[in-house]
Amino acid sequence: MLDGREGPARQKAMDLLVRYGEALGAGRLVDTNNVCGTVGASTPFLRDYGARHGMDAVFSEFSLDSAEVVEIPKVSVHASHLQQGLDPDHAELQGIPPEVVKVYRQGEAYTMKLGVQPLNTCAPYTVGNVPKMGEHCAWMESSAVIYINAVLGARTNAEGRESAGAAMLTGKIPYWGYHLDQNRLGTHLLELDVDVRSTAEWGLLGYYVGEMVQECVPVLAGVREAPDLARLKHFGAAAASSGGVEMYHLVGFTPEAPTVQAAFGNRKPIESLKVGKAELRKAYEQVNSTAKDPNVDYIMLGCPHYTLGQIEEACRLLQGRRVHGNTSLWIFTPRATKQLADRKGYTKIITDAGAHLMSDTCSALGRVLPKGTKVAAVDSAKQAHYLPAIMGVQCWFGTTADCINAAVTGKWSSELG
Amino acid sequence: MGDSNKIVLRGRKVVGGVAEGEALVTKDRISGWGGIDPRTGTVIETRHELRGKSFAGKVLVFPGAKGSSGWSSQFHVARLAGAAPLAMVFNEMTTKIALGAVVTHAPSVTDLDQDPLKVIATGDWVKVDGDRGIVEVTKRS
Repeated sequence: MLDGREGPARQKAMDLLVRYGEALGAGRLVDTNNVCGTVGASTPFLRDYGARHGMDAVFSEFSLDSAEVVEIPKVSVHASHLQQGLDPDHAELQGIPPEVVKVYRQGEAYTMKLGVQPLNTCAPYTVGNVPKMGEHCAWMESSAVIYINAVLGARTNAEGRESAGAAMLTGKIPYWGYHLDQNRLGTHLLELDVDVRSTAEWGLLGYYVGEMVQECVPVLAGVREAPDLARLKHFGAAAASSGGVEMYHLVGFTPEAPTVQAAFGNRKPIESLKVGKAELRKAYEQVNSTAKDPNVDYIMLGCPHYTLGQIEEACRLLQGRRVHGNTSLWIFTPRATKQLADRKGYTKIITDAGAHLMSDTCSALGRVLPKGTKVAAVDSAKQAHYLPAIMGVQCWFGTTADCINAAVTGKWSSELG
Repeated sequence: MGDSNKIVLRGRKVVGGVAEGEALVTKDRISGWGGIDPRTGTVIETRHELRGKSFAGKVLVFPGAKGSSGWSSQFHVARLAGAAPLAMVFNEMTTKIALGAVVTHAPSVTDLDQDPLKVIATGDWVKVDGDRGIVEVTKRS
């Protein structure tokens, strides 16, 4: 491919993978048939670029690192699209002008023409892309990377837009990092001395663990109750935000950690730590560090994108109540899950309460907030980490029930506080 | 400035090319997406020690990358916006930083024989020779 016999786009893709592999110090590339990335031009900088230069130019520059515009052929592997910068069905509410929706639609049509599946979510593993144990993947999106590595036993590094784009065209990715057995073993032992129950508490635990181990591989022992998909999703997303965790083990629950010994191979932990109530409290204070004003304008749920079960929980908490006149409640989920919620009647419960069920994007990624938002509230430690930095708002963090209560009353108070 | 002020670090090429400029040093890892404003090169992460400071046109000396996999695309946008670092010197290799350095087209070196976070201070003059894996530091004082 590098010699150009398979066309200029695959040559550029291979050239980028070789430069990237050399930068890493990788010995070779490995085959992959499962790539999750971002190809569209839906975030503000890219949609301006796309409007000026066209979509092949966007792919050439932002997916292949090529200033020269080359014609992009169909992808050669199973490829899924991650979350986008807006929800075309709620564009007006999100403050997105019609001409931007037009660029978005052009981008989506282009993406599908290339053969990329429009899952449009940060949680593809909840809507049909579930890699198998040992499968070599090339995924972006830190919360999805950590999920498929740790929970599913698939093998990926946190790829970027450019390496994922190049992998879609070549079916190759550097054989480095979490593709290799020895790098998947645990480095730090964390012994839990506290019950971790709610999704929010799993988020706090992840936030603390990420802060402590940064980019290492934590092994958690002493987990008493099996966490469900939503809890693991929030735990991983938080650990990948406060630190750079891409792989972890929950002894007795995740597939590469039947025992502590298996999780560490023959190695000893670099460090052993205890995690108790005080540590979770510290994480709680850190994720709430930007929030002061108890008058909440905006409640955002769905980071990472809500599962159908989480939508059901939100509906149970919301049923028969109304969102306060001074607040907005937006819930984000994959498009496929939104269709199930429509069929099941969840969407109606949400809209009857004065809230909105949205898809394809989130507030931090799309920079979409209700007009005039100054104080937000979320049940995701990841979103609480990013939203204040990106949008300059205060942000409260608490349980899903805290968030629904705040949406109904317009005031923040937390059962964790 | 005499040679006595000059310190030479030897490491490994990440991205080739030669660039020199003033150093901006941080002991905190840097987030790309949600950690910087790529249009100005300013660090925006809430509890980061460089919050409000820009790395545009500086030699960025830091431990490594963290956070979202949008790291490379944020630094990619920073390059196109003219707000990228001139060069990068760092300790911890990750996919985020490797790809980020590649698409930033900034001469970059890692695996140095001395810890650059200890040797280099903000304001020092630093020449990064990516091809040879050499970092020359001229202390400001």
